[in-house]
Amino acid sequence: MPDHNLPETALPHGLTAPPEVPWPEGLTRVPYWVFQREDVAALEQTHVFRGETWNYLCLEAEIAKPGDYRATTLGGVPILAVRDHDGEIYAFENRCVHRGALIALEDFGHAREFTCVYHAWSYDLQGNLKGVAFKDGINGQGGMPECFRMSEHSPRKLRTAVVHGLVFASASDTVPPIEEYLGDEIMERIDRVLGGREVEVIGRFTQELPNNWKLYVENVRDSYHASLLHLFFTTFELNRLNMKGGLIVSESGGNHVSYSAIDREAEAKAKAANDYAAQNIRSESDYRLKDPSVLEGQDEFGDGVTLQILSVFPGFVLQQIQNALAIRQVVPRGVGRTDLHWTYIGFKDDTPELRKMRLKQGNLVGPAGYVSMEDGCVGGFVQRGVVGASDRHAVLEMGGADASSTRTRATEASVRGFWKAYRECTGL
Amino acid sequence: MQITDIIAAQARYARCIDTDQLEAWPGFFTEDCLYRITTAENHRLGYAAGIIWADSRGMLEDRVAALREANIYERHSYRHILGLPLLEDEGPEGVRSETPFLVARIMRDGATDLFATGRYLDLWRADEAGAPKLAERIVVCDSSRTDTLLALPL
Ligand code: FES
Ligand SMILES: [Fe+2]
Repeated sequence: MPDHNLPETALPHGLTAPPEVPWPEGLTRVPYWVFQREDVAALEQTHVFRGETWNYLCLEAEIAKPGDYRATTLGGVPILAVRDHDGEIYAFENRCVHRGALIALEDFGHAREFTCVYHAWSYDLQGNLKGVAFKDGINGQGGMPECFRMSEHSPRKLRTAVVHGLVFASASDTVPPIEEYLGDEIMERIDRVLGGREVEVIGRFTQELPNNWKLYVENVRDSYHASLLHLFFTTFELNRLNMKGGLIVSESGGNHVSYSAIDREAEAKAKAANDYAAQNIRSESDYRLKDPSVLEGQDEFGDGVTLQILSVFPGFVLQQIQNALAIRQVVPRGVGRTDLHWTYIGFKDDTPELRKMRLKQGNLVGPAGYVSMEDGCVGGFVQRGVVGASDRHAVLEMGGADASSTRTRATEASVRGFWKAYRECTGL
Repeated sequence: MQITDIIAAQARYARCIDTDQLEAWPGFFTEDCLYRITTAENHRLGYAAGIIWADSRGMLEDRVAALREANIYERHSYRHILGLPLLEDEGPEGVRSETPFLVARIMRDGATDLFATGRYLDLWRADEAGAPKLAERIVVCDSSRTDTLLALPL
């Protein structure tokens, strides 16, 4: 029963019922109700995805020529990203202003204009309404009223920005420019992988996750779990906690980079000290590959960094795991479902050897990835685990209580960073 | 190589996976095989990457070892239902066939879902004993979506 006596101000804005427990101060507690409530999901649409954020739409390479379009999504809302003849990229909702049908039905295409199939209203490549079928009626009968102005009707348009071939969009007029939103350190790390390169798509897969989208983006930022959950990594020395590396958390908290590079010296010391064995962690094993060529990657960026996971608030990930490069777009599909869109990429000037290595190392990632298979199911373990526990919370104290950059990856700093940005956006 | 040999090999392949005899699975392939799982969309667009991509039997053995020893996933099994193979004429590289499949996934709690449908694009080559081995198996899933994860091979 709704409590009609409850003053509206008692509710955090946007919620339809009081939270099961208040969200404690600070960044070290996350109440489980945030993964479970319909009203939170609705609030996220307006305040996160259509709020003061930049959201990844597609690759510039996917809409290379004027007239090319890509039907994509912003937080689940259908969006068209289009390159017009002025060379610029435009984005607008893929929703006809007449009665709401999708304007484009294909995921990709090339168009001179868009025509809605329902009643044939047409749009230019920037999303301006340009034609209304039978506008003047037939034989003087019917038609639109005299006062109808096409210029007063257009699908909601988005701001767009391109960063090293990545197309981002924002529904906000007040969000800072993308460079500022990302911050210098994140910009540098995107530049490191994509700067000056011509991207080529080599595969596209969608993974349906049985959990709230925030459990996945938490997982992406969780450098703590990597060597504990993913045995493949640790066994083959792709990523140990004592590797050289660290974590960058942007000022806002929302964007992060986790990286590691081979540090032979530390590796030898750790072996001597027997760090892993001492902690009795599942990573001790004498499991060896029959075909180790999968790990014979090239140091293509010339800095020894074998892993760089970069996230942008709310739902973008750029991944470099050795030579396996991918973009991940995280899209909520209701409270307990998430679409994870993988785009595997290479570069136009890849040598055949490097390209083959990307295909081989593709085995590390994606729905069947040696090191990311677990990430596909672990969110579901949490989603199912917290049923009935909406008055409880997660504990995020590893590495302290703040959300700042650090030299260690044994920390939850960037997970706390996500929640810092999230609470800022939602007011929860 | 007779069509009946290929049908028999297909049946053994399906039973091998569905009865959790994964250690025997790489044995269906030649040493220098290509095994790839992709989707109809990627296949149509000519994208080379796979959900799984292996160009040696060793990589398949590693996949099995990783599933057994390293990877974490909830216990589940498959049920493969295979259609009839469509054979092309035998060429110098072997016999090509195309076989539709349907795979149900049965989770440890009993939940059963249609996990994947698609077709096997195969290249068969006879080993010394004349038994057909897979020199190539491209698993083309009809859907571009994978539910949760793909652990066991298709
Ligand atoms: S809904 Fe698009 S023209 Fe009617
Ligand atoms: Fe992970």
